[in-house]
Amino acid sequence: MVIDTTVVIAESLAGKRIAITGATGFVGTALVERLLRSVPGCELVLLIRAGKRMTAADRLRREILKNDAFDRLREELGGAVAFDEMATRRVRAIEGDVSNDGLGLTEEDRAILATCDIVIHSAAAVAFDSPLDRAVEINLMGPTRVAQTLQSLGSTAHLVAVSTCYVAGNRRGRAPEELVSEGPFDLGISWKAEVAASRRLRSDVEAQSREPERLLKFRSDARRELGAAGGPALGGKTEQLRIRWVDDQLVLAGRARAAAVGWPDAYAFTKALGEQALMESRGNVPVSIVRPSIIESAVAEPRPGWIRGFRMAEPVIISYARALLKEFPGIPEGTIDVVPVDMVVATIIAVAALGPERAPRITQIASGSVNPMKYGTLQDNVREFFTKNPLYDNEGQPIIVPEWSFPGRGRVQGQLVRAKNVVTRTERVLQSLPLRGQQALWSARLEERRIEIERALEYVELYGLYTECEAIYDVTNLLRMWDDLDEEDRRTFCFDPRQMDWEHYVHNIHLPSVVSHARVKTTPGRSKIDRSARLRKGVLAPERQVAAFDLENTLIASNVVESFSWLATRRLPAGDRARFVLRQLAEAPTLLRLDRADRSDFLRYFYRRYEDAPLDVLAKDAQELLSRLIITKSFPAGIRRVREHRAAGHRTILITGALSFVVEPLRPLFDEIVASNMTVRADGTLSGELMGVPPTGETRAQVLSDYCAANGFSMEQAVAYADSSSDLPLLEAVGFPVAVNPETRLATIARKRGWLVEDWKKAPGAPRALLPIGPLLSERERRAGALQ
Amino acid sequence: MPRPGFVLEVDRSTPPTLFWRGENFSLEKLPAGRSRVIYAPEPLPAIKDVDAAIRHALANPIDSDPLKALMFSGMKLTIAFDDISLPLPKMRRPDIRQRVIEAVLDTAAEVGVDDVHIIAALALHRRMTEDELRHALGDRVYDAFAPRGQLYQHDAEDPNGMTSLGQTPHGEDVEINKRAAESDLLVYVNINMVAMDGGWKSTATGLSSYRSLRHHHNVNTMRQSRSFMDQHRSELHHSNWRMGKVLKESGPRIFQIETTINTDTFPAPFEFLSKREWEWGAKERATYLATTKALNRTPVKLARKIFHSIESPHQMTSIQCGEVEAVHKITTENVWKQQLVEVKGQTDILTMGIPFISPYNVHSIMNPILVACMGLGYYFNMYKGKPLVREGGVVIMTHPTYPDFHPVHHPSYIDFFEQVLADTTDPAVIEAKYEKQFAEDEWYKHLYRTGYAYHGVHPFYMWYWASHAMAHLGRTIVVGGDPRAVRRLGFTPASTMSDAFEIAQDVVGPSPTVTHLHTPPLMVADVS
Repeated sequence: MVIDTTVVIAESLAGKRIAITGATGFVGTALVERLLRSVPGCELVLLIRAGKRMTAADRLRREILKNDAFDRLREELGGAVAFDEMATRRVRAIEGDVSNDGLGLTEEDRAILATCDIVIHSAAAVAFDSPLDRAVEINLMGPTRVAQTLQSLGSTAHLVAVSTCYVAGNRRGRAPEELVSEGPFDLGISWKAEVAASRRLRSDVEAQSREPERLLKFRSDARRELGAAGGPALGGKTEQLRIRWVDDQLVLAGRARAAAVGWPDAYAFTKALGEQALMESRGNVPVSIVRPSIIESAVAEPRPGWIRGFRMAEPVIISYARALLKEFPGIPEGTIDVVPVDMVVATIIAVAALGPERAPRITQIASGSVNPMKYGTLQDNVREFFTKNPLYDNEGQPIIVPEWSFPGRGRVQGQLVRAKNVVTRTERVLQSLPLRGQQALWSARLEERRIEIERALEYVELYGLYTECEAIYDVTNLLRMWDDLDEEDRRTFCFDPRQMDWEHYVHNIHLPSVVSHARVKTTPGRSKIDRSARLRKGVLAPERQVAAFDLENTLIASNVVESFSWLATRRLPAGDRARFVLRQLAEAPTLLRLDRADRSDFLRYFYRRYEDAPLDVLAKDAQELLSRLIITKSFPAGIRRVREHRAAGHRTILITGALSFVVEPLRPLFDEIVASNMTVRADGTLSGELMGVPPTGETRAQVLSDYCAANGFSMEQAVAYADSSSDLPLLEAVGFPVAVNPETRLATIARKRGWLVEDWKKAPGAPRALLPIGPLLSERERRAGALQ
Repeated sequence: MPRPGFVLEVDRSTPPTLFWRGENFSLEKLPAGRSRVIYAPEPLPAIKDVDAAIRHALANPIDSDPLKALMFSGMKLTIAFDDISLPLPKMRRPDIRQRVIEAVLDTAAEVGVDDVHIIAALALHRRMTEDELRHALGDRVYDAFAPRGQLYQHDAEDPNGMTSLGQTPHGEDVEINKRAAESDLLVYVNINMVAMDGGWKSTATGLSSYRSLRHHHNVNTMRQSRSFMDQHRSELHHSNWRMGKVLKESGPRIFQIETTINTDTFPAPFEFLSKREWEWGAKERATYLATTKALNRTPVKLARKIFHSIESPHQMTSIQCGEVEAVHKITTENVWKQQLVEVKGQTDILTMGIPFISPYNVHSIMNPILVACMGLGYYFNMYKGKPLVREGGVVIMTHPTYPDFHPVHHPSYIDFFEQVLADTTDPAVIEAKYEKQFAEDEWYKHLYRTGYAYHGVHPFYMWYWASHAMAHLGRTIVVGGDPRAVRRLGFTPASTMSDAFEIAQDVVGPSPTVTHLHTPPLMVADVS
């Protein structure tokens, strides 16, 4: 009997309710768009994981419907209003997570899922370097959980699971459209055992990460990165480093486990076991599996070149175009199996439309067996493209792309590892030097360079395996489906890889799309948009309310030790001065060490030396100190900035660990000065003891937030200027942080986070004293001073 | 007998001419056949017995009773004196002001005057440091008066320190130091270096405030002062005279003491600077070579220190005292005697070497704004009759024009340079758009009052000083200046003098005439 398998896809899906997981992903978004546009009769239920601050409905609106994939549909419908109306009518978000048993659905949402006719499961941890347990929970257990949830609902909806061709593992030659566990290369691995092992591994590694020595190491690494940033900031960083370490261990474990049993990475490995698990646990839920190979930008739908996210080959291509990746391992005659996303989506929809009875159990959508793109040809195309359309470096010079010699993976890795070591070592040296401002930025740039190299290294490790993969994916089921397709459906839902013109696709569709997505420089000449100028304008915008300033090295190139020395020597005769200077110098290393360890301890220790000093004399001398030391060493641009803030109507606040009487002469510059206060004895002498905690480190953030709260200002509208990583809590607390002459660590952080960095200098030509000591007074004045 | 000033026609046998270049000098060849160099008269002979001359003058004032007769026991006596901007470079000890003030104090002591205040009449200039006060007044005066708070500096922003004396018929506010205004006698001790100084300007400017000064320190007045060295053709002076009239009617009794000094400006080893080049012997040539070579290798900060430590040997050539206007008439004649040089006709290009010093950067830095003021404000205005350079002509100055500023002395200059000049260099626009904001800025006021900063509005005055020249000239070229700073000033940078001449020809045409103002010493060209 000949069954007429010809279906009119849109018709057969009309009136159906389709549930989709992974709708925020690349394939998922394309799938939602295609169904809404080309299957007008269907309804969609999207299972979306809630974000940290976003509900499923928020994510639907912001991450899916706002995507430019929907531009075409919006236009076809005649504008945003009609589109929104259609979306509200046809699309519904339910909150759920495939890494939870039962998908974490509420009763109400379970009821909704129960009414679905088709479930398309496209959620996956697609990153090749996911931690093993995460890959297991999502890729391996995900499909099974979906199937089990359907069973528990008594649903027999058609489950279409999106997998990957690479489940076939590192094999050479034909890879048929069948379960790996049913093929000749089955290793008999138990998926249940893998799940148990990965969960155990997570708890083992978590335990290891909490061992005292490890925690100490994380703590010292955090300190190296942040410096004396205060308890909370260091604690946060330490925990962040621990979590990152745990993840790294699990990534390594995943890669090792996959390689050990013949898969390129944890992704393919867990996907393979996921298929097996699904088949074993699906019960009476009908299942079809669709296996795409490497998915790239759309060839036609919704528009040529549409892509979402930065995916598999893109980082490699951009790294190459920026001449970062000089070589890439691979075999020139090897096949690189790519399919455009719209063909993958069309295949999934076709499978869903055919229904469980008529759709093949497994459909591979790949190009290697019928219309292969050779790795060598791809490389030629890419090279030609970037020779014609080069990217430009920061100086506006075109970047010449290197010629690949197709070396082995080992050689490329060796090169990169050596480069990384050199950069890392230089970075260490730079970080240990007391650099500031421009020089500190070298170090920040170096870190960027290191991260780039590290990333390139990862690409080579991960993608290298794919370029070396010589499996040929069978597409018999796919082509049979194609042959049976109605003419009209063929036009609307094209999934025939034989129709691909690779050269045209690479040159005119994919590469332009990749380049425009990567936001790289594609025009010659220095960039005209000065980022700093834009940020500066933002900082001085009238809506800002408060500007907080650190003093030392932010507004003046001086410190508490200098001002103390100046004040202390002002009334000393020549001989005593020399002794004082020598004593100070001898103590310098101790002071420096203390300062690095904890700023407030240092201040308390250091300020003891003001004990017994008469406050009235100091206050008088501080006036002179303003001209002789503070203004001499000030950054005029910084002082100007304070005044610009005031002119813009912002409140200015100075937060400094310096003593109040020392900074008193700066009062006209600020609306508020928060400084260290020393208790004064009844006889008018200083006690050498501080009242309360000096405003340093995290205390500064607190001071500013108290000030804002008291005056009804918002921290979001506050600006803070500081120079050191110990001010991180303050900088992080405000909406507009500015790093001034940042030391190495802060320079790196500021650059990473896109903060405004100011390079303020002392007035050129400012007098420079060798030692910060007060000028010799006349004998008479000294005596007068001593008498007071 | 000192030789008078004269104008040298440059021919092919003329040796290269000396140009100041900030903290250095250079010898430049001027084009033969169409260049001339103006040399100042040689220093006039000094008064031998200065103290005797002072005593004589105080006892025999002009249009006034002798000083002693003006004093009485129990009176309020205030002595005001010219600040650090005079003389340049600073004078060897003892400074004339010390000698005069000591004589005045002796007289006061004889009469039994106890209530004596000594005030530095610095207007909106920076306060003087203790060292500078000691230098100008001597340790004896300083130690006797400063600790008791009777020697201090004029504070134009002291809300309780100023007294308004009314307005001139032109509506100009007259406001002076309260102590001076309330004194029974105000003795003003002046040093007259150029014809602009002295007269009513001493009190009406030196002891006044921004509210008063703005009436004559502005673009319009400066453009109407042609030049401000020539009192009768100077709107600046007319305004001061009007204010003087108010002072005379409603202010304190004023006893003006004016002195003139000769132009013996530089001590060894720099005497060659004042010598005419063709008269240089082996010694001068060697000193020139050695000095310039050494200075080339000296860091600029050190060079500044060296030059600012120079104490000039100039000496007093006259002293006259009594009624302000009568005294000043004689003083001006004495200044002209020392400085006037007759020059026939204007020139296409005026060249000038800008030195390391101006009245506003003693012990400080000659910043770009002061360079502009020195060249276009002062040197350009060193004329009587007509400007040395024709309308639409070119000024070429030599100065390194580092974008260096003294953060303590010139804080508002830095912002003027970075903000105002980055916006516009047009004096009228600057005046309208920015002056008030800078003049009333609390932070600048604070630094002026408690630190050692020029008032916030001071850089504007420097710019206004140059406004007459800016309106008159076709172009200003700075040879050897920092290009960025020079362009910021609105001038054209050139690396050599011949480049500068090339550039100038675009404005004044081929084969232009060139005149070089050979300083030091200072001179005023009487252009016919």
